Amino acid sequence: MTLSATAIAALTLTACGSDKNSSSSSSSASGSGTSAAGTASAKADCGGKNSLTAEGSTAQQNAIAEFNKVWGQVCSGKTLAYNPTGSGAGVDQFIAKQVDFAGSDSALKDDQVQKAAARCGGNPAWNLPMVFGPVAMAYNIDGVDKLVVNADVLAKIFQGQITKWNDPAIAALNSGTNLPDADIKPVYRSDSSGTTDNFQKYLAAAAPQSWTKGAGKEFQGGAGEGAQKSSGVVQAIQATPGSIGYVEKSPAAAAGLKNAEIDSGAGAVALTDDSTKAAVAAAKVKGDGMDLTLDLAALYASKEAGSYPLMLATYEIVCSKGYDADTAAAVKSFLTVSANQGQANLSAAGYVPLPDSFKERLLKSVDAIA
Amino acid sequence: MTDRLDVTTPNPADAGSGEVLASPFPEPEPISTNPSKGAKVGLGDKIFRGLAEGAGILIVVIIAAIGVFLLWRAIPALARNKENFFLFGGNWVTTDTSAMHFGILDLLQVTVFVSVFALVLAMPVALGIATFLTQYSPRRLSGPLGYMVDLLAAVPSIVYGVWGLYVLAPVLKPFALWLNKNLDWLFLFKTGNASVAGGGTIFTAGIVLAVMILPIITAVTREVFVQTPRGQIEAALALGATRWEVVRTTVLPFGLSGYISGAMLGLGRALGETIALLIVLRGTQKAFSWTLFDGGYTFASKIAATASEFNDQYKAGAYIAAGLVLFILTFVVNSLARAAVAGRGAK
Repeated sequence: MTLSATAIAALTLTACGSDKNSSSSSSSASGSGTSAAGTASAKADCGGKNSLTAEGSTAQQNAIAEFNKVWGQVCSGKTLAYNPTGSGAGVDQFIAKQVDFAGSDSALKDDQVQKAAARCGGNPAWNLPMVFGPVAMAYNIDGVDKLVVNADVLAKIFQGQITKWNDPAIAALNSGTNLPDADIKPVYRSDSSGTTDNFQKYLAAAAPQSWTKGAGKEFQGGAGEGAQKSSGVVQAIQATPGSIGYVEKSPAAAAGLKNAEIDSGAGAVALTDDSTKAAVAAAKVKGDGMDLTLDLAALYASKEAGSYPLMLATYEIVCSKGYDADTAAAVKSFLTVSANQGQANLSAAGYVPLPDSFKERLLKSVDAIA
Repeated sequence: MTDRLDVTTPNPADAGSGEVLASPFPEPEPISTNPSKGAKVGLGDKIFRGLAEGAGILIVVIIAAIGVFLLWRAIPALARNKENFFLFGGNWVTTDTSAMHFGILDLLQVTVFVSVFALVLAMPVALGIATFLTQYSPRRLSGPLGYMVDLLAAVPSIVYGVWGLYVLAPVLKPFALWLNKNLDWLFLFKTGNASVAGGGTIFTAGIVLAVMILPIITAVTREVFVQTPRGQIEAALALGATRWEVVRTTVLPFGLSGYISGAMLGLGRALGETIALLIVLRGTQKAFSWTLFDGGYTFASKIAATASEFNDQYKAGAYIAAGLVLFILTFVVNSLARAAVAGRGAK
């Protein structure tokens, strides 16, 4: 019995050893490959353990999948297991030390800050806004190819105060467009979602005089019909003439829906990579430490020309200190690769590639993780 | 003995003639459940008895445990509810868990309405299928056809939901628009709070649900219809009854209680159906108004829509309280069905 057990142990040991050898040799090979290709100027530090775990927001799921793919290419053998169970569950699992970091649609709340610090061995946890997802105002009106709205109009539409497309408030923003005398059918997300939360926060910040319903993950506007998930919203807008709804950029684009432009006071802005990048670049951070909790109200209420304000900001919540050395190195490696090489195909996945100024600030925080 | 003479005379067209035919044959004595009274009980008997009793007790314990769990989780949330739980039908606000607003009025109405609508659609069709398969179809056909109906029950409900919203709803659209336009004097076809053209209405959902509960009702009904005593059918035929008269005088009276219990099983499934309704039905912000062109939530779909974001026991408790009401509703419906079937059997 003992003999066979030691034999098995020896076998596993040798297996482990050979595995390590092969992975380290291939990682150096691929590392030189990327630098030769010149895809990224930043050096990839591939230290730390090979598999990370994270859990949380479904909104950043596709971005994380893209980051994970790139991380595996840049640092061979590295994988992140991301479990998209929702922001609340992600933060709970992070605090319970079940996962290495959390993905969340909102920064840690006051009562969570203490618990997160306890999880990190008495060090504060940081909110790092890695992923920005633009939200489109998709609409379906026959014969209207360009529609301009603003936060005030949106707030009134989604509260049932503006009910016709040819309402003077809409017509004032769309001079030259022939708007039909048809009912507006607002479409909202009926399941609990960060998109709804951010949409309501946007209305509350940009049109405080009109939007009186507060925020939260469930829609509270009082008008319209709700559809299940992004796919349901897209289907509802396609099927319902006269409808308008908020949905992430990529499903709206995939379905070929028309997106409204938003006029924050400095002219109509369409939803493009440039206009969303401009909004992220202008985003302000609360405080001046390494924690990068965004001042979303300022972002949403921004009147800057050429910036599209309606977007979903999601965070990675990490320990500033208190990881073991292996985990800290791997978390840093993942976040660094994500912020650099990971941005290349992010736009195709429906997210905003980070502008350089913002990326530098983010990387400073990532570097400070110990 | 006089009864026996009557057998030769009844008019097969009489509704009760099947019973007249059946009554002369005495019911067999019920088999005693304890025939071996006083006999030596073997070990195998003891073990089997223990297993059977254990299984019986287990199901009671499980049901009771579910009820207790739901109550235990629901009560703290109900204590923080600022609305009347049974009479509030508006939007649920559970963001601030110290002062939540939730109630089941709309959920109860939508759940019952869509389920009953589905039942009304499915029951006649199920009766037709069961009658055809047991009485009309050639023997070679009835087997495969029966399997095909049963296969409907094997389709996952997510598939029904996607089919309902993306395939069925566009097909129904002209019909639904016509009903809404021409029959809107009837409350059922009034314009509701979901777009008729969009298709996410109780009208679409009820039809999808009817297809989903069809195999259950059909299977139970068919099994009971098959049991119709051969003698009664042959007697009716011998008296010159047509096929339809045979069905009316022997099969239907004999199988009615089975048909009703099948329908109640179907209703139970309809009340608890989740994913298909979640996909098809549009959420609404306005109160339910008893039209087929409303949207809304059922108990189960409301819970499913929010379940991924349960991050607080009080918030979860609010939804579990709704689950508790559904649990009780299903329990009551099943008890009523049992009572109805038992009442008929005793007559």
